[in-house]
Amino acid sequence: MNNEILKQHLEEKFGEQLTEWEEQYGLLTFRAPADMNLKVLQYLYEDRGFTFLTDLTGIHYPTRKDEELCVVYHLHNLVANIRLRFKVHVPVEKPDVFTATKVFSGANWMERETYDFFGINFVGHPNLIRILNVDEMDYFPMRKEYKMEDPTRRDKDDEMFGR
Amino acid sequence: MELQQQQHHIKLSEESLQKQTTTLNLGPTHPATHGVFQNIMEIDGERVMETVPTIGYIHRAFEKIAERRPYYQITTLTDRLNYCSAPINNMGWHMTIEKLLKLTLPKRVEYFRVILMELARIADHLVCNSVIAVDTGALTPFTYVFQWREKIYEIFEEVCGSRLTTNMGRVGGFERNFSAAFYAKLKDFMEKFPAIMEEFESLLNRNRIFMDRCIGAGPISAERALNYSFTGPNLRASGVDYDVRVAQPYSSYEDFDFKIPVGTTGDVYDRFMVRNGEIWESMSIIRQAIEKIEKIEQADPSQKEVFYAKEADKYHIPAKQDVYTKMEALIWHFKMIMGEIDAPAGEVYHAVEGGNGEVGYYLISDGGRTPYRLHFRRPCFIYYQAYPEIVAGGLLSDAVITLSSLNVIAGELDA
Repeated sequence: MNNEILKQHLEEKFGEQLTEWEEQYGLLTFRAPADMNLKVLQYLYEDRGFTFLTDLTGIHYPTRKDEELCVVYHLHNLVANIRLRFKVHVPVEKPDVFTATKVFSGANWMERETYDFFGINFVGHPNLIRILNVDEMDYFPMRKEYKMEDPTRRDKDDEMFGR
Repeated sequence: MELQQQQHHIKLSEESLQKQTTTLNLGPTHPATHGVFQNIMEIDGERVMETVPTIGYIHRAFEKIAERRPYYQITTLTDRLNYCSAPINNMGWHMTIEKLLKLTLPKRVEYFRVILMELARIADHLVCNSVIAVDTGALTPFTYVFQWREKIYEIFEEVCGSRLTTNMGRVGGFERNFSAAFYAKLKDFMEKFPAIMEEFESLLNRNRIFMDRCIGAGPISAERALNYSFTGPNLRASGVDYDVRVAQPYSSYEDFDFKIPVGTTGDVYDRFMVRNGEIWESMSIIRQAIEKIEKIEQADPSQKEVFYAKEADKYHIPAKQDVYTKMEALIWHFKMIMGEIDAPAGEVYHAVEGGNGEVGYYLISDGGRTPYRLHFRRPCFIYYQAYPEIVAGGLLSDAVITLSSLNVIAGELDA
């Protein structure tokens, strides 16, 4: 199996629903509609042998209207030794994505971490609570609106360097 | 019962008085956890019924910090993930940027990276395996091999100046060429360490008490381990021969001839034996790498001066003597330190085989001086969630050695 064959299989199965095909640095990447993530995961798991969830994380794009938050899955077919990445985008007002914990037990903490930092609501997750941050925290720190440094500081004003 | 309550001024709830099991709080600072994490266990006599792990005690928001830092300053963050084998993390990060920049490195540099990464792996496995022995009650092997872990750190000192959080290497290679002291220390280690390792193995491998204690403790099947996204020695102990060095070779690992040790049951003893086997394989890889470097240098003596890729000049801090004497070098030095070097836009995932498994770097660059988003795939964080399942139904003392044999490193757990 290689990227082209895999792409053909996916296009046969899901047709036009998968978009934004890319192959950066040899890794097949595509985008799926947010409500389809579980169907794609299940298809890849059962029919294409992607039984290993390498990584699951989130990204925040504040400028993309109605698709601000993104969940990224990295999957690995250990037998054919091929990796794959797919993304789903959700609006920041209603960041609902189906949980992958039914397919991968390992997704449990990865989803908790993504919830903790990006506020993505994994529908059906057995225990969706904060994991690394304190429970009392009332915001999602990895979103881009939370700046790293205090903007009122003057001693770090570095417009001299073209920033 | 009433008398007791009055004496201690403690009012226990009715449920708690009727309950037949005991709640035990293991951690966050318990000597047996070897790190800062808490487990609230429900135990029935000596049997663990249920475990609720709490993590995040040393969370330092590395992914957020990385979004404000120029690329070369992120290396210091990777040190603090798995601090037992920091060079592997450093090299993995450099390789991620090199992948983004589409750089190819000279073979000599890649082989030196292999040597340092394998030394780090030996140091990491030595800590883990000797600590298993400590938790089973044998302190001697621990103090014995720690001297040799120290020798590895002395080799690191010769390369980069520090021991634990190394910040070793640069994008495209190393910061300077290797000194005579480095070669001498490496040679000394390679000569003397095998005898020490043999002695360490003879103390434990076939030790009846150690075997009785470890065999069957904390097992996990291959199916469950894969479903939990295990990687590294813990996965291989269950019998799956997945190793990033072989599956997706980086830094010229394809040039080396080595075996992947695997176990069968995935219990504490298998994990211990897999790590021991890997130490021997690492020794063999280092030996091969030294030979290959010698061959390169013999064939072309000018290679002796090659310690970074020339194409990476833009991302490499110039030598100090040049900075003080040459205008160009001074400008580049200034630009680098101020973090004014942009990287091309792109999305890259790069994985290396760390001490505990697949350490992945998922980097999204928007073409600026800092990453748009950087995510670390930390193997510890991913496999530690299986801990409640592994220890359920086992003895409390088995839970303790399971924790040390999984080699849960708090720095990698919390990022």
